[in-house]
Amino acid sequence: MARVLRWDVLVGALLIAVFAAGSLTSPSFATVDNLSFALGDLGEIALIALAMTMLVVAAEVDLSVASVLGLSSALVGSLWDAGMAIETIIPLAVLTGAVCGLVNGLLVTRLGLPSLAVTIGTLALYRGLAYVVLGDRAIAQFPPDYAALALNDVPGTPIPYPIALFVLLAAIVGVVLHATGFGRALYAIGAQEQAAFFAGIRVKRVKLLLFVISGTVAGFAGVVFTLRYGSARADNGVGIELAVIAAVLLGGVDFDGGKGTLGGVIAGVLLIGLLRNLLMLGDVSTEIQSIVTGLLLIVSVLTPRLVSLVRPALKGSP
Amino acid sequence: MSVTPTLALANVSKSFGAVRALREVSLDLFAGEAHALAGENGAGKSTLVKTLAGVHRPDTGQVLLNGEPVVFAGPADAQQAGVAVIYQEPTLFPDLSVAENIFMGRQPRRGLGRIDRKAMHGQARELFERLGVALDPEQPSRGLSIADQQLVEIAKALSRDARVLIMDEPTAALSGNEVARLFSVVEALREHGCAILFISHRLDEIFSLCQRVTTLRDGAWIASEPVSGLTHDDLVRRMVGRELGALYPKEEAPLGEVALQVERLTREGVFTDVSFQVRRGEIVALAGLVGAGRSEVARAVFGVDRWDAGSVSVDGRRLPAGSPTAAMGAGLALVPEDRRQQGLVMELSIERNIGLTGLRSLRRGVTISRQAERDRAKDWAVRLRLKFARLSDGVGVLSGGNQQKVVLAKWLATKPSVLIVDEPTRGIDVGTKAEVHRLLSELAGQGIAVLMISSDLPEVLGMADRVLVMHEGRLTAEISRADATEESVMNAATGRAA
Repeated sequence: MARVLRWDVLVGALLIAVFAAGSLTSPSFATVDNLSFALGDLGEIALIALAMTMLVVAAEVDLSVASVLGLSSALVGSLWDAGMAIETIIPLAVLTGAVCGLVNGLLVTRLGLPSLAVTIGTLALYRGLAYVVLGDRAIAQFPPDYAALALNDVPGTPIPYPIALFVLLAAIVGVVLHATGFGRALYAIGAQEQAAFFAGIRVKRVKLLLFVISGTVAGFAGVVFTLRYGSARADNGVGIELAVIAAVLLGGVDFDGGKGTLGGVIAGVLLIGLLRNLLMLGDVSTEIQSIVTGLLLIVSVLTPRLVSLVRPALKGSP
Repeated sequence: MSVTPTLALANVSKSFGAVRALREVSLDLFAGEAHALAGENGAGKSTLVKTLAGVHRPDTGQVLLNGEPVVFAGPADAQQAGVAVIYQEPTLFPDLSVAENIFMGRQPRRGLGRIDRKAMHGQARELFERLGVALDPEQPSRGLSIADQQLVEIAKALSRDARVLIMDEPTAALSGNEVARLFSVVEALREHGCAILFISHRLDEIFSLCQRVTTLRDGAWIASEPVSGLTHDDLVRRMVGRELGALYPKEEAPLGEVALQVERLTREGVFTDVSFQVRRGEIVALAGLVGAGRSEVARAVFGVDRWDAGSVSVDGRRLPAGSPTAAMGAGLALVPEDRRQQGLVMELSIERNIGLTGLRSLRRGVTISRQAERDRAKDWAVRLRLKFARLSDGVGVLSGGNQQKVVLAKWLATKPSVLIVDEPTRGIDVGTKAEVHRLLSELAGQGIAVLMISSDLPEVLGMADRVLVMHEGRLTAEISRADATEESVMNAATGRAA
């Protein structure tokens, strides 16, 4: 019984159920074209979720990722508009993301502030900077070669390039999280930070690195987002931090840290992606989509707690 | 002693799933007696206490109050009936005053339901006078020592007219004179006709405080008898059901080079000018009262806290301040005081916990070798005679003594040259305690330098080659094994001239 109640198994089952429901209700859902599109539409969320998984396992969180994405996008637009070469702009945008992450990390590790509060602050701050950089303008007309990289499929497959990159990075993060000393350290920090510190783990350094990774990935996601939509705007990606966190928590990573698997998160990401796609196919308004994301977040935090309440009762004794 | 026991258990059994925690256990508590409850960890002491306190209901058998069968529906019922439990670590509301804590939910009132603070403080003061302790009812509870918090709990029990006082390991975190003060309070309560049930792993305390002792082993009742006819060894035999080797078997080991050298170490406001050295093969005890700064010195030496002045060297290499990673690299290991917060990651498995100190050495290429991780855990689990079902089980399911073995394993696996142990046997049963002592002695024999912080005086005297004593943040005495007595150590610890 306990085995069936494993969270990632549940999410996997839910994924299959949503897929089945989608196939039955919408003829255009279970087509290669649509699924390929759904995956592509998921690119930024999926990439950021990888970094977020490591943070949440270590009992930290980065809510500023969507704003970093926006700042990166605004920077790409403004520099492109100023005539800079795209080959220079992209590394600069990624680097800006890294600096944003570094600021988050320094505030958390050097000043000992809670990451929830710090990154709510920088969520507003970085978005504000994005508007400073680009104002209300929208910049378009990016070089088609680069847009193709963000938009097209790997030749011969229905897999968009960003998702191919996600698969590669997911493999790396999976190994890091589940098979390296760094991964072991993350779980120990998340579950009992003091004990990890007493065991000689450089807790602050590890956390700082996680925030830098998170910022870097968000900066890169800003580039992908801009090229994919062919439009740089300061308000790009508003609110996607919630989708990312919903995916991570749905994947069974405990918001209190120390628990969760990357497999679960990948299932969570796909679940969010399929749901968003289904809602879009059904012409459901963005307001309703937002409500669904919010409900998913609450359900994913609530359910594991209910499961842990129910589980002892099933086993029969405390 | 009256003829009818104030509170009694008659043939009580209690099971949790397949585990039979209590098997037909009987116990009589008479007014005016201090009754000890002895047994190893897992013998059923906690279940018995919780049954008396109304937390558990017996599966079979009865609880008798003044000879009448009663059923406590919950802890509130038991309190109502005059049964009070004082736990090892009291749970006061830190932001409320001492008096408010005592009268929580039962504050004296005046018109319009307003709390009558004056009356409340007056009554609290009376309670403290009856207990013969000097505590200010108006001070906030935050910042009270554990010993003072226990006294507040006792005052609370007294204010409810408790007739049975159950004390679950009240002395585990107390220093010598705090224990003495607690005992005089208990003595006074007993003379006023309270029945006391006292649980402690320190056998000396049972002998000095109690009139009778009931022993449990594996959930079964073994004996209830006067302590006057018992020796230390008798009691231990009843508890473990077998002969135990000497509890403190430190053997002579040849002394080697100085492994740990601490010079004029100072952390402002915490400890000052602490200098000492520990040689290979030597066990040096750091004694003193709780709050004298012993654990703080250990934390600084290991790099958990920074130091402001002075130096620490291991095998002649100076350590940077504030880096446990560097201390580990130099061959230091610290088995910390707080097992649950600092020693172990409770959510992780036994093997992951043991592996946590070896994340580098377990690496094969980029990844950790699960086989190496498991071998390391298995090797040490066997050497330390750890009792476990599977190495992949969470450490949380182990008993306190076995958890401590996991902490030791995790550090011994780093092959340290200096091992610092902070209260290595606190709250663990006699059998495991003897094993830990034997282990420390063996380690010293293998040439490891051991620094042991302990509040358990017999342990200090039995194990240490040398005793360093701290008082209020300073080293006040260094006493050789030959000269170390309870008196000489306590004198130095309390600041009286040695």
